[in-house]
Amino acid sequence: MTTQTLSFYNRVDDALRDGSLRTALDRATSRFIGNRAAALAALAGPDALRDQARAIRAYALAHLDELLNQLSDNVEAHGGRVCWAEDGAAARRYITDLARERGVKSIVKSKSMASEEIHLNTALEQAGIEVIETDLGEYIIQLANETPSHIIAPAIHKTREQVSALFTQHLGEPPTDDVPAMTRAARRALRQRFLRADMGISGVNFGVADSGAVTVVENEGNARLATTVPRIHVAIMGIERIVRSFEDLGVMLQVLARSATGQKLSVYTSIISGPARPNESDGPEEFHLVLLDNGRSQILGGKYAETLMCIRCGACLNICPVYQAIGGHAYGGVYSGPIGAVLTPLLQPDLPEQHTLPFASSLCGACQEACPVRIAIPDLLLRLRADAVQQGKAPPIERLAMEGYRVLMTNPALYRASGKLGGIASRMFGRKRRFRQMPPPLHLWTRKRDFPAFPAETFTERWEKRRKSDER
Amino acid sequence: MTTSQGRRVTLFVTCIVDSLYPQIGEATVAILERLGITVHVPRGLTCCGQMAFNVGFRDDAYAIAGRTIEVLHGDDDVVLPSGSCAAMIRHLYPELFADSPHAAVAGYLARRTYELTEYLVDVLGVTQVGAHFDGAIAYHHSCHGLRFLGIKDQPRKLLEYVAGAKIVSLAGHDECCGFGGLFAIKQAAISETMLDRKLANIAASGADLVVMGDASCMTQIAGGLSRAGSPVKARHIAEVLANRV
Repeated sequence: MTTQTLSFYNRVDDALRDGSLRTALDRATSRFIGNRAAALAALAGPDALRDQARAIRAYALAHLDELLNQLSDNVEAHGGRVCWAEDGAAARRYITDLARERGVKSIVKSKSMASEEIHLNTALEQAGIEVIETDLGEYIIQLANETPSHIIAPAIHKTREQVSALFTQHLGEPPTDDVPAMTRAARRALRQRFLRADMGISGVNFGVADSGAVTVVENEGNARLATTVPRIHVAIMGIERIVRSFEDLGVMLQVLARSATGQKLSVYTSIISGPARPNESDGPEEFHLVLLDNGRSQILGGKYAETLMCIRCGACLNICPVYQAIGGHAYGGVYSGPIGAVLTPLLQPDLPEQHTLPFASSLCGACQEACPVRIAIPDLLLRLRADAVQQGKAPPIERLAMEGYRVLMTNPALYRASGKLGGIASRMFGRKRRFRQMPPPLHLWTRKRDFPAFPAETFTERWEKRRKSDER
Repeated sequence: MTTSQGRRVTLFVTCIVDSLYPQIGEATVAILERLGITVHVPRGLTCCGQMAFNVGFRDDAYAIAGRTIEVLHGDDDVVLPSGSCAAMIRHLYPELFADSPHAAVAGYLARRTYELTEYLVDVLGVTQVGAHFDGAIAYHHSCHGLRFLGIKDQPRKLLEYVAGAKIVSLAGHDECCGFGGLFAIKQAAISETMLDRKLANIAASGADLVVMGDASCMTQIAGGLSRAGSPVKARHIAEVLANRV
């Protein structure tokens, strides 16, 4: 929780000093990147598939109200109940009230970023209900009392050594560096919880409008258990996570798995359409779908609408050199990495310093290149930066520097004179070839980088000389 | 080479080349003139405005870029020895000038603006410019040229014809060096971490020369190499192609 209170820059400095974090991130992101590249290369036409995926997302956003109504009607026709939650508070209230009314004492959860977004666990725990995360990564960070640092790999920041220490502390397991042994230990501990739980809560990868189904993909089987064993299943879905049909779903699942983990398809794809029917022996007695808006409808139709195409695959995080350096927690919001730097200011506008996140990017564009639906993340970051400046959030020194820059660059005479200053400086500093130190704020440049000496003459001066000698 | 005879291009060397690396501007002129092209450098050209645009100061960027599109009026192809500044004009001017009286002019400028290597290879169809260098060359792909202009094969094609040069592979050749304009100062610690990785990859490549298409990345990479006391030199591709290493 300390990560929430420190400033962004402090968090970055801490992250960069954390050797274990770097080890963990390097191991995991390089594996993800390699797997993703191989999985896409194995497709006959990866670009065409991505174009198709983008078109499917664009269609869904353009017809969002219609598709959501269709989904809702179909879910209810299957015997499920639908909650339209305008914000996190409404979603939390619906779920905690439901749990209380049904006498729920124990809840198992499968991975859901939407539930993280609305801090559902805290609300349920405050209501006296036991909540256990059952995705291995989520379970690890729950034991560590932390938040996810990656959209699909919540414990990516932990090394296996750190996980073993947690299991020793909380589960009494002997220390080990054997990952399968740790997985077995978690499975033993979690199995009891599944059997005891009265309610299972899951996220939703995609709602399928025309059939009233929700789809949950995962690799561990925990979501399958959490959505079928307890007597009540609650699925939380961001309103934008919808597709028209199973045909569209097929395309999305392919790009999702390949972009996220490099798999052709996730190990488990659960397609859930309502509670168990009267003649069925398996499945929950009740199914509830919470459609979470929480700021999304405000984004729709505006200059950030493209953000809602995101399918939460995490590819932009893995490829991002900034994320690779600082990890997810430094971002301070629920979502991290490039897409988090866009989502957090839009979805969590009250978070202190959220306006600095769009600046945590060199605008290299690797995110857009990796995005399965080609979201123009750098353009979105640039727009958010412009908004921050318009809201007066730029540091005064930067405002001053930009004033100076504008005056200089809109006055060619002044610009030429400043070039002469460079020449004077070069004569003053003699044959000096580079600067090893500069005054603040440029000292931040010369901490680890030299700065080149100014040339005796600028290009403009040399060119004008040549022009004059040509005329002669 | 004959196809290029009689062509005229407007050269925009960019503010960073003008004030810090005039030799890159002269190298660019030399390459174009060797191909029989008349090079025109308009008076009063300063900067594309990207630095302000990238940190969100769109009014300042608009003022600077508005002047720049005026100075670059006409029908010449505009060539820049920078993928980043060319991407600003081609990719971002349309957004900056959308809904403004300059929208059409900015759009026309965007359509006739080229980064140097794409102009040579794609427009002129030239890959052999008579360059030679004895040593190992690694190429660093600058992000904006690579991802916003799609400049990927053009520099490689040109470098393949540099007599005497051995092109060595550079791990992470398409990873950002960490410059990013004011990012290098605003997020200095992250920028330094990204640079460290780039420097390690350069050292491992065995190159004598790390070559790139942007003076901004070159400032970052050369600054890091110089501070680390590395024997590897960072050069702009124009310097290599003009035999001015």
